[in-house]
Amino acid sequence: MSQLPLRAQLASALGRTAATLSRATGRGDGSVIGGRVGLLLEPDLLRKLATEKKLALVSATNGKTTTTRLIASALQELGEVATNAFGANMPAGHVSALSSQKSAPYGVLEVDEKYLPEVLSTTEAGVVTLMNLSRDQMDRAAEIWLLAQKWRRALAGKPAHVIANCDDPLVTWGASTAARVTWVAGGQRWHEDSWCCPECGGPLDRAEGMINADWACRECTFSRPEPDWILDGEDAVDPRGNRWRLDLQLPGVANRSNAVMALATAAAFGLDPQRALPRLREVTSVAGRYTTVERNGRVMKLLLAKNPAGWLEAFDVTRAERPIILSVNAQGPDGRDTSWLWDVDYRILSGRHVYVTGERRLDLALRLDVAGVRFTLVDNFGQAVAALPPGEIDVIANYTAFQSIRTEFGRAV
Amino acid sequence: MQSSLRIVWIYPDLLSTYGDQGNVLVLEQRARSRGIPVEIVHVRSSDPVPDQGDIYLIGGGEDRPQILGAERLRRDGGLHRAIQRGASLLAVCAGYQIMGSVFGGEEGQPVPGIGLLDISSSRGERRSVGELAAEVDPSLGLPTLTGFENHMGVTALGPGVTPLSRTLIGTGNGDGTEGCFAGKIIGTYLHGPALARNPALADLLLRWAVGPLPQIDDTWYDRLRNERLDAVLKP
Repeated sequence: MSQLPLRAQLASALGRTAATLSRATGRGDGSVIGGRVGLLLEPDLLRKLATEKKLALVSATNGKTTTTRLIASALQELGEVATNAFGANMPAGHVSALSSQKSAPYGVLEVDEKYLPEVLSTTEAGVVTLMNLSRDQMDRAAEIWLLAQKWRRALAGKPAHVIANCDDPLVTWGASTAARVTWVAGGQRWHEDSWCCPECGGPLDRAEGMINADWACRECTFSRPEPDWILDGEDAVDPRGNRWRLDLQLPGVANRSNAVMALATAAAFGLDPQRALPRLREVTSVAGRYTTVERNGRVMKLLLAKNPAGWLEAFDVTRAERPIILSVNAQGPDGRDTSWLWDVDYRILSGRHVYVTGERRLDLALRLDVAGVRFTLVDNFGQAVAALPPGEIDVIANYTAFQSIRTEFGRAV
Repeated sequence: MQSSLRIVWIYPDLLSTYGDQGNVLVLEQRARSRGIPVEIVHVRSSDPVPDQGDIYLIGGGEDRPQILGAERLRRDGGLHRAIQRGASLLAVCAGYQIMGSVFGGEEGQPVPGIGLLDISSSRGERRSVGELAAEVDPSLGLPTLTGFENHMGVTALGPGVTPLSRTLIGTGNGDGTEGCFAGKIIGTYLHGPALARNPALADLLLRWAVGPLPQIDDTWYDRLRNERLDAVLKP
């Protein structure tokens, strides 16, 4: 039976009703409105819902939704898991997730980077998984050095067991005040936000060539901690030195990195890779990311990329022989500022058939022109698809552009 | 006599928060399209700033990198020597504030700048985020300025500089003007790829370095400019 006080039970039940109405009327997936209603009636609801569960919080600039999904899949090996699978990663989404699966003994919550201190202090989660920090939608998000500073303050003095990517210097700095840290060499491809030491501002020296190379500050003692887990090519290496071939269905090095983080997190719950890994291999697509959709013989591989580091990861799983459609919007959730397009190195697309669309297609067109990449500008996504012959097509879009493609082609997950 | 145009990007490791690379790429492309050979020099904050460059660029950044950048530039002295030699400079956002006598630090505390522009900056009440459009000082002969700003700074201009523009939309310096110029130094709050939205400003920097320039195809620049200006200026 639920241990929740009566008022919290009522708030939670009314929230679920609102969520059902939202879904039934086609206004959304219900995960935010349900939580908002609940929180309005009982501001302490998240804390109350959380006390009944063993919780992991998952935060990063990129890969939060996927890693949350991977961890949740792994923990199902242990029992029922409550999770915010659709990326509703602020407290209303957390309330909604936890109250919709109230009997679940485990919870895995994706948490927006800014909200991590608040959600950690409210839920007193036992495990916190931190992957990466890079520039992202700065017209509305916090500056990342400041963000890492807030993580440090939030983790200091807490009993939480932190699982952190030690290949990201800013994440390492953000996590290093925690009482207990498992360091994961999960790799870092995007280096443009970590040339300088977060501790003293001095230059960081790093070995070139490998995604999880050693790094150290030239001017102070801050350096990469010894990793407990390592992503080594296609394999995860656990703290005992055992090697696990990942063999994921999700593509690319970014997902192998997410998977090693998930294995280390599962281990913090006492679940070994032998049992966790088969669960990770079952995951094929996450909230539409990596989904394939088809229309008239055109097989489109959908990739979401919201910021420069995300584009770098997306390019990694596209294929040079396929045509590619790029779609960029600049609505609220995308960030209204398109400056980040200039931080992406598009020259990798040279020689491919590139179609450019989205509400801010002219920003992208000029960006590609300056990069010397030839492209075709089209008014909408459908035009690009119609212009291409049957076959496989790569698609990279940012947030609202991606959602509108999914709406057009169905919301199959 | 050096053969190629030297574009020096100062401290991309500290001050390149949002698309600042765009200004480098646009200058490079617009010079190369005219047959001008270009050499790009990236100067990390641990390295000395060369004083033999033609055009210097410095970008935006968070509070701590801004303070570090100012300290290092002051200690280094290379940029000052380059400006005395007649080099030109585009300073953006945090980089713009650094060029003045003082700017606001993490807690709003005054931090000394490097004194290349007669301006002083402080931390304002609220963050200015959004599209900006402004009419450029007629003496420069440039079309309407367009771009995106994201800063908390308020900048007071001294008698040694001229406002770059008068704002139609947006905050800029905070007094109805945006940016400033003096000699061959231009400062602006338009962050990131300001030159992508304002190719005439890029050409001004190039002309200061190499003299008159032939016309090039500006189709994509013009389409983007027109779309952005329409988006903010048309009711």
